[in-house]
Amino acid sequence: MTHTFYISASYIVAAIVILCLIGWVWLDGRARQRELAELEASGIRRRSARPAPTDGAAL
Amino acid sequence: MPESLAITKFSDLANPTRFLGLAARILPWMAGITAILFALGLYLTFSSEGDYQQGMTVRIMYVHVPAAWLSMMCYSVMAVSAIGTLVWRHPLADVSHKTAAPIGAAFTLIALATGSLWGKPMWGTWWVWDARLTSVFVLFLMYLGLIALNRAMDDPGKAARVSAVLILVGFVNIPIIKFSVDWWNTLHQPASVIRVDGPTIDKEFLWPLLIMAIAFTLLFFTLHIAAMRNEIWRRRVSAQRRMAARMAGQTPAKEA
Repeated sequence: MTHTFYISASYIVAAIVILCLIGWVWLDGRARQRELAELEASGIRRRSARPAPTDGAAL
Repeated sequence: MPESLAITKFSDLANPTRFLGLAARILPWMAGITAILFALGLYLTFSSEGDYQQGMTVRIMYVHVPAAWLSMMCYSVMAVSAIGTLVWRHPLADVSHKTAAPIGAAFTLIALATGSLWGKPMWGTWWVWDARLTSVFVLFLMYLGLIALNRAMDDPGKAARVSAVLILVGFVNIPIIKFSVDWWNTLHQPASVIRVDGPTIDKEFLWPLLIMAIAFTLLFFTLHIAAMRNEIWRRRVSAQRRMAARMAGQTPAKEA
């Protein structure tokens, strides 16, 4: 095997691992955002994200 | 009066909402600068001359060395986060070390694979159980063990404390990796960049190496911040689902 093979294989391995890592983080982020949006659409919100009570409303 | 979400001191990052705001602002910039540095680093890498002894295989150094540095730096970041979990109980500390483990494992895998691909033409062997290679392999196993531990436990708080203890115990391996080439007779060469008497590597190779190292480091921090943001969102989804389940349980009781 030539030196070119070892150099190419090193860069290909590094590129595959890094692209898998970037893809995993990106897809994970999108999936979590989608889940949060679905929960919000169904009316489930964090206490801090709920609208403040208006005047006259029960405290 | 609503509390300000402005970040004025480091401890303000303990608030996950503030952290998410900061991450949204800085992640596009970090990703852009990382891409530019990789483009510049790869251009310098493939336009540089070959070494007088190793020929063009010296180009493997530009991915192998930064990945090896990152494998140790990532574990050091995890160790600082582990202290944050055990001593200060910082809300983001366990998020930090949990999300850094898969990234560290990936960089260690790159270091092991490219080291093996560099070793075959230069040493005549893919692998040898010398102190440097073995200690890096142990680091890789430690990353895998920490990932498995975090996924095996349902309670994130308990998993964080157990992982933090294990990370701090395992940190003893980092100086062993760094100084293994000085303490033992290894096939792996001694340090030629981070030395007390300065780098012994020629500037022709040093500049592309430093730029690639900065690109890899920025890539790590970009991915780490993005993965931390994802983990915060994951925990919010779990909390909101628990709240939805409680609300669903209370409604029929009120109706009855």
